[in-house]
Parts: sequence; structure tokens; C-alpha cells
Amino acid sequence: MQRALISGLAVAVTCAILGVFLILRKDAMIGHGLAHVTFGGVALGLFVQVTPILAAMGVSVLAALGILKLKEKAGLYEDTALGIFSSVGMAVGIILVSLAGSFNVNLLSFLFGNILAIETFEVWISVGLTVAVLLIVSLFYHELFYLTFDPESAATAGIKVKRLEGVLAVLSAITVVLGMKVVGILLVAALLVIPSAAGLMLAGNFRQAMVISAVVAILSVFLGLLSAFYWDLPASGSIVILSFLFFLVLFAVRVVKRRVKLTSEEAR
Amino acid sequence: MKTLREVLGVITDGVQVAVKKVDFSYGATHVLIDIDLAITQGDFLAIIGPNGSGKSTLLKIILGLLPVQQGNVILFGQELARFSQWSKIGYVPQKAAHSGAFFPASAAEVVSMGLLSTKKFPKFLGRQDKESVESALERVNMEAFKTRRIGELSGGQQQRVFIARAIVNEPEILFLDEPTAGVDAETQQRFYDMLDMLNKDHNITIVMVTHDVGVVTKHVNKVACLNQRLVFHGTHDEFCSSAVVQDILKGEHHLVCHRH
Repeated sequence: MQRALISGLAVAVTCAILGVFLILRKDAMIGHGLAHVTFGGVALGLFVQVTPILAAMGVSVLAALGILKLKEKAGLYEDTALGIFSSVGMAVGIILVSLAGSFNVNLLSFLFGNILAIETFEVWISVGLTVAVLLIVSLFYHELFYLTFDPESAATAGIKVKRLEGVLAVLSAITVVLGMKVVGILLVAALLVIPSAAGLMLAGNFRQAMVISAVVAILSVFLGLLSAFYWDLPASGSIVILSFLFFLVLFAVRVVKRRVKLTSEEAR
Repeated sequence: MKTLREVLGVITDGVQVAVKKVDFSYGATHVLIDIDLAITQGDFLAIIGPNGSGKSTLLKIILGLLPVQQGNVILFGQELARFSQWSKIGYVPQKAAHSGAFFPASAAEVVSMGLLSTKKFPKFLGRQDKESVESALERVNMEAFKTRRIGELSGGQQQRVFIARAIVNEPEILFLDEPTAGVDAETQQRFYDMLDMLNKDHNITIVMVTHDVGVVTKHVNKVACLNQRLVFHGTHDEFCSSAVVQDILKGEHHLVCHRH
């Protein structure tokens, strides 16, 4: 449980912070697409008997960079490039599962998540990644902010846009793989999207958005794990449903705040 | 051995941008053919032309947003690939990619982006920087809106904020891509008056891609007319009397020139 908590909270913070950039760049579906690719990576790992999480990480990072390259070289929209890679990743996974025919039980734990069975080295990777993300975001906060708001103008301000986009893509790929252990391949995209969308409901500025998103993600993972422990519910599903409930609450608060503001403006 | 300047021909003093023999194609479609253009300090240059004439493409090539497929672009005496003094350049896009109501940034934060992008680590806004942000917003009459979310502002107000972002570093040249698209006539007039002020009072060179030939003829001092090739480049007065330009723009624009 201790390992699950440390790893879960670390991944939650990483997802929440990256999620804000991805949502505002209209790249929210990258988590979904890379999760499909990750399925192929896990299947490959199981097939060639390499630690699945490491195989998945390699495949996912290559796919994230491949998506950027395909978009640039073929002039495709991001979602099209993502669609191609995610389908191919899934197809490779299905073929390998069919060829092996023996690791379906293992694969199910990756599909639906099994945070309570997380390994010690995975905890270290999760914590290391969180530190890396926090460091990179702190160091390049202004560049990432500018890039997210207006990539063209950011490029004319001398910001290395392509390099930073690559960094964001690689971090997203690694985060998806680690998130897979927490909530599973099928739900990992939710961790990248829902807490950050919730944070954006109330945030007055970019920093606030990241802080509120991280708090929502931390509470979701913490309460999700508690509900798994006390009521024997699946942790992955509980975490995602809780984050959605937080989203609804913050959305309602935003609606009320807007109505109050409108009423007070009309009264003046 | 010849210097780059010598290879590219004589670049006279005051030339900030030199475009030499630039060609550009999207696949098999030629968009720009053999473009030669020099932009000099103090110019208020309008780049005009029919739809698909390559106006925005040329601007993007000059700014390094599209590759130079053939030819050369020289910015402040340096080849574009090696150019690093981006604080000398301000750019106002048609519309920022994510200026919707959802984006959590105030007008002042958007202007700060321009300032912070040129700073070395650690990047933070000192008192003088905050004054620069306020001053840039004042110059475009947007100081009253500095705490408002960018997405809550009208199209014209957003454009003013983007101009403030572009001028906060005190650039020597300002590029604008269709800055008044979707903005009402009254706001357009105020907008052009503001560009006049930046050009004349602050000595900022202005290069503006536009469809708005009518208003342009009242404000700019130089005009470049593109139609894949550069069919005209000259002063406002030469532009007004050019038969070639009248012919190119026939059917798309009614050209009425006003004296400054």
C-alpha cells in the first residue's frame, strides 16, 4: 500500500502538470493514443521476455517522437498522426497476444491497472519522473507557457519550439507508461485530462491551473486508494471516478462564480 | 574571399531585411518566384496582393517559420539560419493559437511572455520589467484591461495586446499578418492610427501583410505588391500611379489613394 501511495501520488502530480499543457495545446488525446501504443509495447515486452514496463517505455517514447516527425514530414494534423500510431500499436499488441496465446492474465493487469502490485523500481521511476517534470517545467516555464499559447510567435521570439515540443512528447510518453501501472492502459488518458480540466475550471492564471490540477489529482489518487482498501473497489476505476466528481464540483463552482459576477455587474 | 554581404549584392545602410532571389513551393505549386525585397529602417511597408499571391508565405519565410527553399534572407546583416537577435523583431500573428476564453492568462501575462522570452535564467519580472509591461499596454491603450483574461477581450483588443507583447522588447521592426482581419471599421481606424504612432514617434519599422488596400493607401509609406512574383515595390505615391498595380488588383479591390 505504501509503494502504491508514493507511486500513485507521484504519477498524479506529473499527469496533472503535463495535462495542463496538453489540454491547452489541444493535445489532450495524446494520452489516449499513446496508451494504445503502450499496449503494443507491453505485449512486445511479454513476448520477448523483457520487463514489460521498460519495453512499453521505449516503444511509447519512439512513438511520441514518431508522431511529431510524421506530422512535420507528411504535413498531417496531429490527431491523424496519433490515430495512425495508436492503431498500429494496438494492432501489433493484438498480433503478439494471439501469437503467444499465454500471457493474457499478465496483460489484463496492464489493461486495467494494478497499482497495489507496483514494484519498488517502478516507484523509483515514478518519483524520478515527477522530479524531472517539476524541474523541466520550472526551468522552462516561460518558454512552455509561450509555446502553449502561441507557438508561431514563440518561434519568432527565439524559443526552440521543436525541441520543447519533443521534450513534452517524451515526458507525456513516459508518464503514460507509469500511469498505466496506476489506472491501466484503458484509463490512463483520464489521469492526463480530467484533473487538469478540473484545474482549468477555476484557475486565474497558468500557475494556479497547475497547482489546482495537482491537488485534484493527489486527492483523487489518495481517496481512490482508500476506497480500494476499505471497500475492495478497483483502485483504477475509483481514482478516475473521483477525479471526475472533482471536475463536476469545480465546474459547478465556476458556473456559480460566473452567475454571481454577471449579477453584480448588472446591478452596477 | 568575398563576404556574405558582397555575395548577396550591395546592402545599403539602414536595410534591416534583405530578401534575395527567394523561391518557395508547396509541393508542385510555386507560391513565390524570384523575390527580391529590401526593407529599410523607418519603412511602414504594406505587403499586398490577390488571394494566394504568397504574402503570408513571404512573411513566414522572413521570420523563419517556413524554410528558405531557395535564395537568401538576411536579417540585420546576418543570414536567417544564424540570426539570434530575435528581440529586435516583433511579430503579431493574425490570431494567437489559443486565445480562447479557456486559456488562463491575463493581458499582462501575455505581454510578459514577450519580455521573459528574451531573458536569461533565472527568468522573473523585476520592477523595471513590470513597468515595461505596463508601458507597452499603455502605448496600445490597453492598460485598463491588464488583469482581464485574454479570451474575454474582443478581437480588436486582443490584437492590441499582441502588439503590446511584440513591442515590449522595444523591437526595431514589427511584422503583422493581416492584423485587422475580423475587426470592425472603427477599431481598424484606431488600430492603423496606433501603427502610425509607433512608426513615426517610436521609429519602429512596420511590415504588414494585408488585404485592406483602401486603408493602407492612407497610412503606409511603402508598398510591395505580390502575385507570386514581386510585381511592385515602391513608395506610396508610385503605388498610386502604377498601372501594373491597378491591373493586378482589378476586380479584387477598388483603389482610392489619399494624400498623407
